[in-house]
Amino acid sequence: MQPKELILQLQSKNEKAFQRIYEMYSENTFGVIYNIIRDEELSQEVLQDVFIKIWNNAASYSEKKGRFFTWILNIARNAAIDKIRSKSFKNSQKNQTADNFVDILEEKNSFSHKIDAIGIQKYIDVLEPLCKKVIDLLFFKGFTQKEASEELEIPLGTIKTRNRICINKLRENLAV
Amino acid sequence: MDIEKYITSGILELYVYGALSEKENAEVYEILQKYPEIETEVQEIEKGLIQLSTAISPYNPEKVYARIKDKLNFTDDESQVIPINRKGNHWTSYLGWAASVALLVALGSQYNKNKDLQQQVVDTQIEKTLLEGKINVVEEDASKTKLLLNVLRNKDVIQIPLAAQKVDPTAYASVYWDKENQTAYIDVAGLPAPPPGKVYQVWSLTLDPLTPTSLGVLEKFTEDKNKIFALTNINNSEAFGITLEPEGGSKTPTLEQLYTLGIVSSS
Repeated sequence: MQPKELILQLQSKNEKAFQRIYEMYSENTFGVIYNIIRDEELSQEVLQDVFIKIWNNAASYSEKKGRFFTWILNIARNAAIDKIRSKSFKNSQKNQTADNFVDILEEKNSFSHKIDAIGIQKYIDVLEPLCKKVIDLLFFKGFTQKEASEELEIPLGTIKTRNRICINKLRENLAV
Repeated sequence: MDIEKYITSGILELYVYGALSEKENAEVYEILQKYPEIETEVQEIEKGLIQLSTAISPYNPEKVYARIKDKLNFTDDESQVIPINRKGNHWTSYLGWAASVALLVALGSQYNKNKDLQQQVVDTQIEKTLLEGKINVVEEDASKTKLLLNVLRNKDVIQIPLAAQKVDPTAYASVYWDKENQTAYIDVAGLPAPPPGKVYQVWSLTLDPLTPTSLGVLEKFTEDKNKIFALTNINNSEAFGITLEPEGGSKTPTLEQLYTLGIVSSS
């Protein structure tokens, strides 16, 4: 479902609509940003920039170009990637590891972040290692099919169906 | 068009990721307009991805909103003064017109209101499904914990501590045996995680002569966070033991791999 009315209101600079959009999309967007940056403070900064962009550029969104969710996802991934490429980030000596989103889940699970951690194991268990990588690159990092096929050394033609199988496993488990 | 084939091709996932070219995007959009089933599929994919990415968010960043609001110079003041102009002349001659105009306006505004409300329902629905996912997980866990608490508090349940054996002197476990309901609850929080390819198997024992009966294997040892497992026990058990066995369990216990053992006190 696209929150069509909210999007229209947002485009006409309605502050209440913006707040609703923030409530709906901020947490998952924060997850996407954090997966790239791996620093809570900096991820907050980027999240702030992303939503300011959403407010300022709302008029440029059109349903014809894609989902609203995807539009936000793109802004978030780009902003996060810009951040880790920036001089200040490199100077702060953050260790960029080659890990994917799964280790965040595992970390959260082992430190048992209060109530939210419950059930996270479910996400981890259903996915085989290749799935974890495919989803991480295509969804979380915004790779193209070609880039993902080169990175994972699997044929370009199989990326699309492979990814579909992985997402299906996830959905079965989430009962979505 | 073969809808099923289109869906299983995997193009919709890439569409939601934003991994398609502009041209492909436009094509998918066209198709979405024509086939509601495909639109539904896209929504479901999106829902799954929102849940996944929410799960890796370190926390809900509610507080960041205040900072964004400041940066954008939002005001919280929503009261707007609507000027009212009144003219008292010849009101009677306009009355009929005014009434019909008022009626039209009222109808129109009802229509708009209705439309707004419908959209609000849709929006609320989205928020609801997002939250539902989280609630399910928490509820499931809570009801399980409640059940276990009830078992522990039941005075008719016999508690049997199982002591460590040679293999691992730090291991321990407990059995809560609810004779009436023929259920034994095995608390194995004190056992180390089994090595790959191995599982714990629980045995009921009668002592004279020594006869073991398998109560089952703890297949979900690593997945279950409570580490308490309910097994059916119809035996007249005199002792309980836990051994480490190859995956799938064994017919008789491997005694060299006996981790814990405890005798039911006859009092």
